[in-house]
Amino acid sequence: MVKITFITSDNETITLEGKSGSVMALAVDNGIKGIDGDCGGVCSCATCHVHVAPEDMSKTGSASQIEADMLELDDNVNEFSRLCCQLEISDSLDGIVLKVAN
Amino acid sequence: MNRIVYLLVKNGYLSGTNYLQFCETIGEILFTRTLNQKYHMKKSELPDPFEKARLDKGYGNLNDQNDPVTMLLRHKDVRKSAHNYKTFQSGAQPGRIVVPSEVNIRDARQIPFEVDPPLHGEYRAIIEPWFKRPLLPEYQEKLTAQISTLVDGILNKDSLEVVNEFALPLQSRALTLLLNTPFSEAETWISWGTHVFRSEGEALDGDKANILYNYIDEQIDRALKNPGDDMYSLLLSSEFQGKKLTREEVKGVMVLTFAGGRDTVINAVTNSISYLAEHPEALERFRQEPEIIGKAVEEFIRYFSPLTQMGRVVTEDTEVCEHAIKADSRISLCWASANRDTTVFENPNEIVLDRKINPHVGFGFSHHNCLGATHARQILKILLKTLAEKVGSIEIKDCKENIEHLDEFERKVGFNSIHVKFKSLT
Ligand code: HEM
Ligand code: HEM
Ligand code: FES
Repeated sequence: MVKITFITSDNETITLEGKSGSVMALAVDNGIKGIDGDCGGVCSCATCHVHVAPEDMSKTGSASQIEADMLELDDNVNEFSRLCCQLEISDSLDGIVLKVAN
Repeated sequence: MNRIVYLLVKNGYLSGTNYLQFCETIGEILFTRTLNQKYHMKKSELPDPFEKARLDKGYGNLNDQNDPVTMLLRHKDVRKSAHNYKTFQSGAQPGRIVVPSEVNIRDARQIPFEVDPPLHGEYRAIIEPWFKRPLLPEYQEKLTAQISTLVDGILNKDSLEVVNEFALPLQSRALTLLLNTPFSEAETWISWGTHVFRSEGEALDGDKANILYNYIDEQIDRALKNPGDDMYSLLLSSEFQGKKLTREEVKGVMVLTFAGGRDTVINAVTNSISYLAEHPEALERFRQEPEIIGKAVEEFIRYFSPLTQMGRVVTEDTEVCEHAIKADSRISLCWASANRDTTVFENPNEIVLDRKINPHVGFGFSHHNCLGATHARQILKILLKTLAEKVGSIEIKDCKENIEHLDEFERKVGFNSIHVKFKSLT
């Protein structure tokens, strides 16, 4: 199991465990506030915006061009921004901390 | 062909330059026919009329009631301009951001549609949670039951007209869930026909729109007398900046809910049926891999783009695609064109049911993105799932295309009517 921690905008910290699928789906299935996943993960809605903890950026990598173009026009964007529907759960993500952007 | 030419030449009808001209004409006829065959092979195809203009210059011109519109055609420009509400505003004279313009048929401001940030966000915050209710399991169960009943009722009927006998009732009944009003209200809405604002032959019809406005007035009176847990009552009890929403504001939101969610949903449902008729393998795939249905819905919205464009009024002299745009003129964000932009979508003219990265703008983009999208997505998801469970194949009998005339461009948006037969999965 891969452990992923979310910190919501009202500062609640929730750690979830997942095996596969996208980080967005894990968050939506567990009702993480601020992650709606409206478009189901095809990169068209930006309702899955998170800020990756700086020390975890090496695990997640940075956004693809299409994802970056999407983020560029979103509120609260910064250098640690990712759309978490584009993060596939795998062992390499174990232990990461994500701050929900909205 | 050679034989015809031979006879014409032999009998002296053709010679010298005449002959060359003749060959050119014939060549053109044959070429056009091949093009037509290529592009009209499938009835469910919606060709992209914007491609050339999008590549060549990035914009198109549309004259609408002497208030011309510069249509933005590229994905990047559409998204940037949708985001930039200061230069490209929605909160202009009511009706002016709609193409064709509605300034001559209404004065009421539609909320939140014709309001700019930051006020826009405050209005949306009031109604957004209500429009997210389609995510609740009870809502989806009720919607599934509605759609299931509808589909059972039309299976194996010899001929069914999809727009009026399927998409319209489906859309109207589903709307009773969104408004949380009695199911029977749908009958009234169905009786209005597909165009609430337009009678046969006339583009905009003020009298006809009054049917909707009067209906909403009655409903507001009812909700004032007998508050319940429907959308009218919710709005009437909501506060904006510490004050109750006014009657006009409530009316604005309700009219918009009826207007924005009608043709768009009917169009999406009808186009989905015609696609499935010509792609029975898609139904089979949804049976085998139901998990792709969510992606298929996004792809349908991208490809069909049920709302072609929406306008904005320019607040300051500016430039798009090296083209000067004057203050107080209009632009439009052409979602349908942006959704076929090859710089973003591979094979944009193909429906790829499980397209993984699909940053389409079919539901708009940024501040004003579609408030009804959660509801519309659930309708389409449940529809595809239900059809896959019950329908083996769909046969198209005949159809009349619905073509939007946009000066430079002719865009097929779907159908005015399409007769089909649904055959049950045996
Ligand atoms: C497949 C169906 C639909 C499509 C393709 C669609 C498309 C769109 C688009 C492109 C916009 C953006 C307009 C702009 O930027 O000015 C929009 C806005 C809107 N839509 Fe939809 N729509 C659909 C269904 C619905 C439904 C079912 C409802 C409500 C019942 C609805 C209500 C609205 C409202 C209220 C807005 C304005 C939001 C705002 O200004 O903040 N739509 N829609
Ligand atoms: C704000 C209140 C609105 C009013 C009073 C209104 C009014 C109208 C009118 C009069 C027409 C007929 C135009 C014609 O025949 O050429 C029309 C068509 C249409 N409207 Fe609206 N509209 C409103 C908002 C919206 C919104 C928000 C959307 C989508 C987001 C929308 C989507 C459409 C579509 C797709 C059609 C084309 C129907 C067709 O030709 O098949 N409308 N609307
Ligand atoms: S879920 Fe829509 S962009 Fe990530």
